[in-house]
Formats: sequence, structure tokens, C-alpha cells
Amino acid sequence: MSDDIQIGTDGRLNHFISLEELPRELIEELLTTADSFIDFATRDTKKVPLLRGKTVVNLFFEPSTRTRTTFEIAAKRLSADVITMQSDGMSTTKGETILDTVSTLQAMHTDTFVVRHSFSGTADLIARHVPQHVHIINAGDGRYSHPTQALLDMLTIRQRKPNFNNLTVVIVGDVLHSRVARSEISALKKLGAGEIRIVSPRTLIPTGLEALGVRIFTDLDEGLKDADVIVMLRLQLERMEGQLIPSEREYYRYYGLTEERLKNAKPDVMVMHPGPINRGLEIASSVADGSHSVILSQVSNGVAVRMAVMSKIMGGFRQSG
Amino acid sequence: MVSVIRNGRIVDPANSRDELADLFFDQGQILNSKAAADLPIDRTIDASGLIVCPGLIDLNAKIGELNSKGHLTIYSEHRAALNGGITTVCIQPNTVPVIDEPAMAHMIRESVKQQESIRVVPLGALTMGLQGETLTNMASLKYAGCVGVSNARVPIHSTLLMRRAMQYAATFDLTVFIHSQDPWLTGNGCVHEGEMSTRLGLSAIPEAAETVAVARDLALVSTTGVRAHFNQLSCARSVDMIAESKARGLNISADVAIHNLHLTEFDIQGFNTLCHVLPPLRQESDMIGLREGVKNGTIQVICSDHQPCGRDDKLAPFIQTVPGISGLETLLPLTLKLVDDAGLSLEQAIACLTCNPAKTLGLTLGTLSEGAPADICIFDPNESWEFDPDEMLSNGKNNPFGGMQMRGKVAHTIIGGVVATDLI
Repeated sequence: MSDDIQIGTDGRLNHFISLEELPRELIEELLTTADSFIDFATRDTKKVPLLRGKTVVNLFFEPSTRTRTTFEIAAKRLSADVITMQSDGMSTTKGETILDTVSTLQAMHTDTFVVRHSFSGTADLIARHVPQHVHIINAGDGRYSHPTQALLDMLTIRQRKPNFNNLTVVIVGDVLHSRVARSEISALKKLGAGEIRIVSPRTLIPTGLEALGVRIFTDLDEGLKDADVIVMLRLQLERMEGQLIPSEREYYRYYGLTEERLKNAKPDVMVMHPGPINRGLEIASSVADGSHSVILSQVSNGVAVRMAVMSKIMGGFRQSG
Repeated sequence: MVSVIRNGRIVDPANSRDELADLFFDQGQILNSKAAADLPIDRTIDASGLIVCPGLIDLNAKIGELNSKGHLTIYSEHRAALNGGITTVCIQPNTVPVIDEPAMAHMIRESVKQQESIRVVPLGALTMGLQGETLTNMASLKYAGCVGVSNARVPIHSTLLMRRAMQYAATFDLTVFIHSQDPWLTGNGCVHEGEMSTRLGLSAIPEAAETVAVARDLALVSTTGVRAHFNQLSCARSVDMIAESKARGLNISADVAIHNLHLTEFDIQGFNTLCHVLPPLRQESDMIGLREGVKNGTIQVICSDHQPCGRDDKLAPFIQTVPGISGLETLLPLTLKLVDDAGLSLEQAIACLTCNPAKTLGLTLGTLSEGAPADICIFDPNESWEFDPDEMLSNGKNNPFGGMQMRGKVAHTIIGGVVATDLI
């Protein structure tokens, strides 16, 4: 976006739609804030009154488990009032447009909408049509962007490997349908990752991906060589139109992450997956549950990152250190 | 009732004419200047400092809806056309109902006749209901006034049927108008397959969706000998293929939509739904290739591909928006911009909007020759203004060129000797 809508004229973060146009310092600040929220989860009293009196509406036009619940938990820990709406219960199924749904709910003095939708650009569209005091957080739109997921992945990496410049990060799988991959590439670029690799059969690599500054591999062993971080993507079978892979069996044989293949990477490699996992399709159970896997830390970091984003957008909260 | 346009710069590419002169017309026809000089003048239009050219012919514009009685209700779009200097519009057969029966063509001609209106020439459908299954009665459609046949934007899947459609059209000396597009490669794509589709995560239409179909259709044109016109090319590679085939002697012509000569895939940045068009905006190299095609004559016609949309049609997630640009009123200024930006000569620019589309459609319009219908456009080549889509007369305000400095404001549009801009 040339006319970036995310940052207001006063320099404040108004919406959180995509990482592409956000400055590196802001991304780092959000990560640091998230870090400070991590301890909260282990306390007896898990709430802070940062967003007391604020109303957050989770608008999920597409099914989700972890993103929806972590947003809900994050908002509650910040003492905001939360309402979650799933698409099957909403009027859009009766023909009301998305913008109508949003303006109806906004008339009830909502402060923030957390939006997930199956069409690319939906969060952007809504952000351009709400009044200035209403904020939009993108919880994933089509194939475009899933910025909180990318941010929590960066947090997970940073906790273990703080120096991004030396890192080789390998993203494996269905990039074509993946908003996570797109946001992850943006985030890694911003944070100065040493090398970003994509490994996938050519049918799942979108045209022009090189322009985003990644190296493309079609051979998994080659792509995994000396990797520091591996991000496995879910094979989005439900989004595939026409045949993109001949069979799941062959896909697993050539692109599934097994313990054997993991040996190509560095000994301290970390394995990530945005979930939900297709065991035995893109990743072996032994790897998903193994010592290199950080998949469950990703989930708990999800709450902290979403708290950081919400407090940055809605709260008067400022990180002091 | 002799009228005269005085002191204008007459640009009439059909006659390679570019000079300061007076232009006389009477009873709907252009008069011989020498003979008319002594006649009593009823009306004088001062065109000092203005360009006088033939009324523009738009090869592809959606200008109205058919109502339940089959009448074309073109009121608002007709005013938009006049405001843009356009006197003739060719409509594709994808109206509702489809122009696949002679009665439909009749009705359109009749309903247009009853209105103070621009000239509307219809193309007949190539297949019944544009379904790609059964050929229409093309000879009867021609008799009823269709100037050619087309399947609009609906691809004909069967290569065999396409071949027979061309053979049959050739039998009756009908030009086949083709939007070459491979249905499988197009899928549900909404933007060019490239860097921007990847960045924005939008479903994409690869270049091959056009080039594969152009190659197929050229092969069929070559074997059937039909006269063919390729509508709205979007890829530089297609221009090359058309040029090669022309060089081999095929009887073909082509057009391009004006926005494909000014915009690229990067203009959809920020999910700009005003730039959602079909065929999609492609790479800069394509835009340059298309401009070259216009300059070297491979592409003879520039059209508006006018598709007026309501505000809500463009207010949705990108893929759900209605494709199209309301372009009648920016066709002339954007074409003149190519004279400044792309090295097109003024004569070529005007030809692409007048005598060339007339030739493609087999019409005796698009010229200021003696005896020709007095369809005239008078515009100011120097007056510059900042374009505001909301000031357009079209029902659709969907135009992405808002804020651009334009030149070439229309002063008068004359149809059949009637100063039609007076009617706006």
C-alpha cells in the first residue's frame, strides 16, 4: 500500500493489516512488548487492566480454532470485553455485505474488530471504510496476510536465535495458498534474516515469488541444507482448485519432513508449523512431537503477541525499555 | 440549413488531411467546401484553436441495459458518449437477452432510432445464448443489421465448433470478433499472474490464458480464411503473434482497451478495485508492447471497453468486485496522452478512434469526406484540467484516472448534422 492506512497521521498504529509497510522498529517493539506479556500467563492473576472498558469484536468469516481462541484470551487478559462471531451465525449468509455487518456492529460502539475472511484484501477494505476511532486487526485474509501469526513465529525464533542476520530460514510446502508464508517472508525481510528459502513443487509456488527476495528450491534435501529454522506449511487441500499434486503419498515422500531429512539441517534446527498439522502428510509425527519442534511454544506465544498488538493499537500502553 | 465550423484545425486521417479550414455540412452530410462557400449560412460554430475531427467510434462499450420489452435504454450512457466526443458505439452481443436472433438486432436498431441518440451498431452472437454449442443464424443476423459476429467474452471451448463458426461466417462475408481467452487457464482468476498477484494473494490469470487462445484462433483463421478481429489484447506476446500472422497475409485486425495502454499490474496496489478489469492489467513490458503495436499498426483500434458500475459493485473484497472501467469520457484524452507519452502521432491517435474502427466494422463513417454523414467531434487540444470521475455524465463513476491532468476537452459533438452536445 503506497497510501498506508495502518499508521495514522499522528504516527500511531491504527490498524494491523500486513507487515509489508510497517517499519522494522515497530515490529521489534511489538516483539519486545510480547516478551513482557509472556510471564503473565504463569501468574495467579492473569489480567491487566490495560483495555478495561474497550470492546473487541472477533469477526470470523472462516473457521479457526487457535487464532480465534488466542485472540479471545489475549483480549480478556487485557480486561477488554470480547464478543466472538462466527460466520454461520452472521447475517452475511443472508446477503448483507461485509461492510454493512461491520457498520451495524460499529454502531454499537465497538473499538476494535479482529477480522478473518477467506478473500484477500478484506481487512484492508474494512479498514478503509471505518471511522478513525475504530481499529481493524487482520486475523488472516485469503492468501494475502496473517500478520499476528508471522509475528508470533518471529517471537518464537527470537527467543531461541536472537540474531536474525545469520539465520537461514526454510519455508516448506504450499506457498501458493498460504497467507502465513507471505507474511512470514515480509517479517523475515524486515528483521534482516540471512537467507529465506522456499521449498515446494512448482505447482505450489506462485509466479513472481522471487521478487519478494527468496531463493526457490524444488529439492527438499538441498533446501534444508544447514537450515536454522524450518517452517512447515499445511497442505491446504480444501483450497486447491484442480490437481496441484498427484497424490498425498507422493507429496509426503518428496516434501514431507521426516527425521531422516531433518539431518540435512543444522543440529540445533528448530521446526515450526502454524497448525493445524496434517500428520503424515507434510510432517512426520516423530518430528512434530520431537525435540526440535517448537509448535506448542508457537501457540502460547500467540497469546502474548496478540496482547501486544491489541495494547499497542487500543491502549495508552507504551513500552518503556 | 447550412452550418459551418470556422477556423478549426481539421484532422481527417482517412484523407490524410490536417489543415486549418472551414467545414460545411447540411442535411446531415459534409459538403464540398468550395461549393458551400457561397451558400447562405444558418449556423456558425467557431472552432478557433480547436481540432475538428470525425466523431469517435467506440468499438467496445457497454452502454445500456435492455428492458423487458427489448428496448435499449441508453439515456445516461448516451450523454456520456456525447460528452466524450463519441458518435458511434459498437455493442457486443452479451446483452440480456443475447443478440442471437434477428428480432433482437431489429429491436435494438428500432429503439435507438426512437431516441435522440448516438449511433449503435450491434454485433450478433456467434453461438446461441453464447453457450458455445449451437451456431446462430448468422446470415439472418447480418441481414437484420449486425455488422459482425462475436461470442463476447465467453470462450468457445470446442475447437471444432470455433472452426465451423469461422467457416460459416466467412461464407457470408462476416467479420468474426474474438476475445481470445483460454477458459481453463483463466479459471476464477481476477488479476495478472505475476509479482502483484503473488504479493496480494489474489487468484491469477497467466499470460498463457491469452496467448494459447490467440495461437489457437490464429491457426483457425488461417485455415478458414475468415476475416477476424481480435478484441482487447493485453499481452505483448499476442501483439507479436498478430504481427507475424499479418505479415504472412492473414486478414486480421486488433484492438486494445485504452486502460491497458496506461496501467499495469502495479496499479492494483492497495487492492484498488477500480483497476479490476478483464483482461487484466499486465506487466510494464506488456503495456510497452501494446503501445508499440498501436504505433506500428499491428493494433489499429483503441476502444474504451466502457463498463459502468455502481458504487457497491466496486466496494467488496477485490475478487468479488465487478470488473470494468467507466471509460467513454476518458477515451479521447487518454488517447491524446499517448501522443505526449508514447510518441504516437496525432493523426494515428485520431485514426485509432475514427477511420480505423469504421473500417473494422465496415461502416462508411469515421471520415469528413464530402458526402459522408456529418458526425463530427470538436475538441480543445490545449485546455488542461484535473480529471474528477464524479463529474462524468456516465452512471458509472468507476474510473481509476481521477486526479490525472488531462488534455482534449470536447467542445461539440455533432451527429448527422445535429449539434448533439446542445442536447446534453
